[in-house]
Amino acid sequence: MSSLPQAQHTLSVLVEDKPGVLARVSLLLARRGFNIHSLAVGPAREEGTALMTIVVEAPELEQVKKQLHKLINVVKITELDPAHSFEREIMMVRVSAPPSRRSEVIEVASLFKAVPVDAAPTTIAFVVTGDPMKLRNFLNLVRPFGITDLVKSGRIAMARDMKTQSETLRAIG
Amino acid sequence: MTNKTGAEILIASLEREGVTTVFGVPGGAILAAYDPLYDSPIRHILARHEQGAGHMAEGYAWATGEVGVCIVTSGPGATNLITPLTNALTDSVPLVAITGQVSTQSVGNDAFQEAYTVGVTMSATKHNYFVTDPDDIADVIHEAFHIASTGRPGPVLIDLPKDILAATSNTHEPREIVLPGYKPSTEGHPLKINQAIAMIDSSIRPVLYIGGGIIKANAHDEVRKLAEAANLPVVTTLMGRGAFPDNHRLALGMPGMHGNYTAITAMQESDLLIGIGVRFDDRVTGDLDSFAPDAKVIHADVDPAEIGKNRAVDVPIVGDARRVTEQLLEAWGDRQTPDRAGWLARLHEWQQTYPLAYEQQPDGPIKPQYVIEEIYRLTEGDATIVAGVGQHQMWVAQFWKFDEPRRWINSGGLGTMGYAIPAAVGAKTGRPDDLVWAIDGDGCFQMTLQELITASTEGIPVKIAVLNNGSLGLVKQWQKLFYNGRLSATMLGDHPDYVQLAEGMGCVGLRAQTPAEVAPVIEKALSISDRPVVVEFVVDPEEMVFPMVPAGRTNDEVVVRPGEVVKRKNVSRLDTTA
Repeated sequence: MSSLPQAQHTLSVLVEDKPGVLARVSLLLARRGFNIHSLAVGPAREEGTALMTIVVEAPELEQVKKQLHKLINVVKITELDPAHSFEREIMMVRVSAPPSRRSEVIEVASLFKAVPVDAAPTTIAFVVTGDPMKLRNFLNLVRPFGITDLVKSGRIAMARDMKTQSETLRAIG
Repeated sequence: MTNKTGAEILIASLEREGVTTVFGVPGGAILAAYDPLYDSPIRHILARHEQGAGHMAEGYAWATGEVGVCIVTSGPGATNLITPLTNALTDSVPLVAITGQVSTQSVGNDAFQEAYTVGVTMSATKHNYFVTDPDDIADVIHEAFHIASTGRPGPVLIDLPKDILAATSNTHEPREIVLPGYKPSTEGHPLKINQAIAMIDSSIRPVLYIGGGIIKANAHDEVRKLAEAANLPVVTTLMGRGAFPDNHRLALGMPGMHGNYTAITAMQESDLLIGIGVRFDDRVTGDLDSFAPDAKVIHADVDPAEIGKNRAVDVPIVGDARRVTEQLLEAWGDRQTPDRAGWLARLHEWQQTYPLAYEQQPDGPIKPQYVIEEIYRLTEGDATIVAGVGQHQMWVAQFWKFDEPRRWINSGGLGTMGYAIPAAVGAKTGRPDDLVWAIDGDGCFQMTLQELITASTEGIPVKIAVLNNGSLGLVKQWQKLFYNGRLSATMLGDHPDYVQLAEGMGCVGLRAQTPAEVAPVIEKALSISDRPVVVEFVVDPEEMVFPMVPAGRTNDEVVVRPGEVVKRKNVSRLDTTA
């Protein structure tokens, strides 16, 4: 049924914080038939601007990036290279945890520093923060217990400060 | 400062932008704006359909170089504008569209005549606005004109709810524009300019490939100087006809699907394409893999998204076409003009061997090309020509000799049938002293003919030549060539009677049915200046547009006339002679 997964690209899009901007951005991606894997938006450093982190599944993004640049409300676009950026996501997951298996569930959760935030007689809800790989691994480990609810924040990402990093490395070395 | 209504601020803002003419159709939600318009010096042309108002504004913009303005109501008024907006977006026409909207408290409730105009037109505009505060109107109008007319021009829509038009504000003047995400480049990068000049200087078989961007940027003088300084043969795309004079020794005319053999083949054999204000459209390149295989490419455009989109580029230059061409000229300086004698001689030889051709038999049916050449002869080419979309459009683009910009108006990118009549009305409104001829097909004519009532009522004496072949001719041509001649739904039949129809709409109706009647009927049309004139030319229904490179096929094989394909002889990549 499903075709091969397409490459994921992470875009950091700085926009003017105005109504309809999200619609304009997502419309351009939709026009090309590109799926948005995740999207997180919040106010950016400068007042009146917002930063979108968009993870897009697409074979290539050059033309879409140029088209996004043409949107009047888009201020800046950066495609983040995974090797030179870091990503985080928050996930809330409710796991089936009857009394007989509760301690097992808590043990797995503690390996991932997953924080229990809600407990009921047969379930526990955790909040987990991490990069996509960590969240995927956590899900794989708790899936056998049974997942009853799942919500993800969408990825946020930031480019590494390469200058600072190399100085740090030199200092360490 | 005294309070003004949003509607009053709107009309005053249009006046401040220098607007003298608007095209529109009023309705409930926009009524408030029409009240101050009643007292304004701005001329309002009442179109018979909102699509007509939009194309009129486009024709006006093309003819004058100013921003075209149209005003319509909410709901169906706004949705009827979608075709002109998309057309203007594709052909980069500066347009400001004002739409009424239901009151803010009704928005989103499926109120009477409500459509989500900003949502629906998001992909049909360069930018659009939904105004929710009368204090914003002056700013938004000012910004809209700025966005529509700068960078790559395009349509901007402003949606104004009824209660916002009625509400009062004491903010009447726009503030300084602040658009952190909109900073079009005008100046080409000096390094790229120098690289380009070095390539132009050393090129053996260059072709200057120019389009609509030259006309938008008013760069035609600079382009001619560059072509002459560097001895560059010039092809002008469909949108660029008139950007370089057709009577110039370096003019090769139009390339592309229905271009002439020489223009097409010059690009194929070129070692350097210098594209300015063009977008390597599929109608020009044909099959991309075999397009201009030996050519290095210099591509200058104001829109960075066009550069490298279809064809890889060796020297990209982002900037305004006029400024970039000036920079190229400055960088060329007093270099010696290369003689390029061999290359130019070859082009000349092709022009002699493969001219555009048709045969008009004295007792045969009227050939559509003959009508175009006769209008050209009898007007001495001093006319603004507007076309719809189809065979007639291609024949005009091929056979009319354009020698200045803004005198050729057509729907190129979107291919909007029915464009000619309203666009001609708009062009004539903007340049009332010009002779404006729409050369239209019968299929196109029937899509927007009601705008001739606008023309006769408003006293806009355009002339419309209807090349009547009783069919949707270009579609029929494809059926004949690619669908075994099965004419599915392309025959329009014997109606209407164009003379009666024209008279009924307050125009003069004339008809020519034989070649001998063509010139007299054109002369008669030219003698009438107080009313619009419709001239029906009953033309040969079997005539087809050639040359032709079928869609997606290689430009190396040009069908110059039915059954005759001229294949390009391969040129070695190492061949350094012309």
